[in-house]
Amino acid sequence: MTDIAVRAEGVSKSFGKTLALRNIDLEVPRGIVFGLLGPNGSGKSTTVRILATLLQPDTGIATVDGIDVVKHPDKVRQRIGLAGQYAAVDEYLTGRENLVMFGRLSGMSKSDARARADELLHQFDLADAADRVSKGYSGGMRRRLDLASSLMARPPILFLDEPTTGLDPRSRLALWQTIQGLVTDGITVLLTTQYLEEADRLAQRIAVLDKGDVIAVGSPGELKARVGGESVEVAVVRPADLDTATRILAASASEAPRVDVERNRVIAAVADGAAAMARVSGAIAEAGIATEDLALRRPTLDEVFLSLTGHTAEDEDEEPAA
Amino acid sequence: MSSPIRSLRDSGVIIWRQLIQLPRIPEVLIFALIQPVMFVLLFRYVFGGAIQTPGESYVNYLMPGIFAQTVAFGAVASGIGLAEDLRRGIIDRFRSLPMSRSAVLVGRTVSDLVRNAAVVAVMMGVGLLVGFRPSGSVGAIILAFALLFLTSFAFSWIGVVIALSLKTVEAVQSAGFIWLFPLTFASSAFVPTDSMPSWLQGFAVNQPFTVVVNAVRALFLAQPVGTLVWQALAWMIGITAVMIPLATRQYRRRTG
Ligand SMILES: Nc1ncnc2c1ncn2[C@@H]1O[C@H](COP(=O)(O)OP(=O)(O)OP(=O)(O)O)[C@@H](O)[C@H]1O
Ligand SMILES: [Mg+2]
Repeated sequence: MTDIAVRAEGVSKSFGKTLALRNIDLEVPRGIVFGLLGPNGSGKSTTVRILATLLQPDTGIATVDGIDVVKHPDKVRQRIGLAGQYAAVDEYLTGRENLVMFGRLSGMSKSDARARADELLHQFDLADAADRVSKGYSGGMRRRLDLASSLMARPPILFLDEPTTGLDPRSRLALWQTIQGLVTDGITVLLTTQYLEEADRLAQRIAVLDKGDVIAVGSPGELKARVGGESVEVAVVRPADLDTATRILAASASEAPRVDVERNRVIAAVADGAAAMARVSGAIAEAGIATEDLALRRPTLDEVFLSLTGHTAEDEDEEPAA
Repeated sequence: MSSPIRSLRDSGVIIWRQLIQLPRIPEVLIFALIQPVMFVLLFRYVFGGAIQTPGESYVNYLMPGIFAQTVAFGAVASGIGLAEDLRRGIIDRFRSLPMSRSAVLVGRTVSDLVRNAAVVAVMMGVGLLVGFRPSGSVGAIILAFALLFLTSFAFSWIGVVIALSLKTVEAVQSAGFIWLFPLTFASSAFVPTDSMPSWLQGFAVNQPFTVVVNAVRALFLAQPVGTLVWQALAWMIGITAVMIPLATRQYRRRTG
């Protein structure tokens, strides 16, 4: 076993005239969550589909556990689980029947499949709904069943394409915890997302995709540092305090603070996020300034894009959604 | 596990999946029944009186044609079912599993055969209710049903090929009727072909659906069979033999 679970080298893919992936290189170390971050149409699903043997690349080599996905798709399929962008469960089967079916089709015996289904139904909080047809499941339940389906055969490598898109905040949080739990169990997870927050929270390494190019790879910290990192923002109650607040901020900031007189706000980039935040809030309190807001701001995906590419993420979506 | 055994086992799982769905989507079965029942009522009681069928009552002439049309129209259901699976992404999940590649299509066509058999059984009951009285021997009637089931299987594969060639579920549905209406009506299923204009007769007499209808009718009604059964067998086996590799190729291309 190599310490690289998934590798792509020079992988390109076009659909007619649309170049979906341009020569991308990826390396996913074993045992981590790897985040593929990008806006609509950047090539996330195309990448996942190639790695999961559903699509053949036009050029390049992709391997899973060192096995070529084009030459030995069957061997790759024995090692992966896939939860695609849209929950792919059979809506006329119950949750349990779905799991047993996918288990059987992965080569498990009937009794193994039943036992494993039971285990997953409990783990994913679906035991009560296990014998109901999945058509009646909520979006969150369907997602969980989809994820459980991909785990039936205990694959060491898991592909999750936008696992939390469309979920309410509570279901999203629960799913995040589940995904973190999987990695604790030793599974390698490659997940795609449109949210920097999600990648930041879950992934140990992130690759940023832009129009089929990998434009940045690194840890969440490295990426945020490249984007100028964090900033501290202060909103004062009394306009007269704005000057003092600006001076306090300037003492901790890595560049000159920007002042928004109309909204009584001042914001400055800081190099040492939490520590700077503590210094600023201490000094503000000492000076007796009443604040309306005092916050450490992290860059959004849009800001990451703006600083990495010079355009915002929204520019990307030229084609109407299919 | 060796691959033919794996392939059988996986097909069995897909057949199981499709059959447990059946009672949960009653619309599918009901629609599969409403249409032939309406045709029976329409032809038996509305048009039947005006159609001459020498030597046989019209209802005896009609029912074998209805059975054949029922299994032929099953092709549309096969196509729609597969198109739905493709659209929902469940085929993608199947393809990400180390399962037999042929199981998805084999499972679908075989389970549709089981569904069609159930529908034909109900239609047989409907036929008896409206006066259908087959005079063939038990052996001949069993052979007639076997021929109908083979026709169901062959036509399902045509439906599968169409589903794999088109992009949307709606297109698959419309396309099904575009080829099935001419095939089943320009045939001997409802009226004797010699009442048709000569340009149409040339097609109607020789096309495979007429051959199947004639063979099934002869078996049910104890008429001389001649080489009809052989011709029907040859057609249906021929169609299946062409459609399976075509479907397999389309499936690879569509999902490649
Ligand atoms: N089957 C296809 N046929 C034609 N074009 C396609 C196909 N699949 C993807 N594309 C195009 O390839 C590009 C990348 O698509 P992809 O689905 O990989 O993006 P994505 O990052 O997953 O987007 P989203 O966030 O919307 O899911 C897009 O321009 C898309 O329109
Ligand atoms: Mg996508």
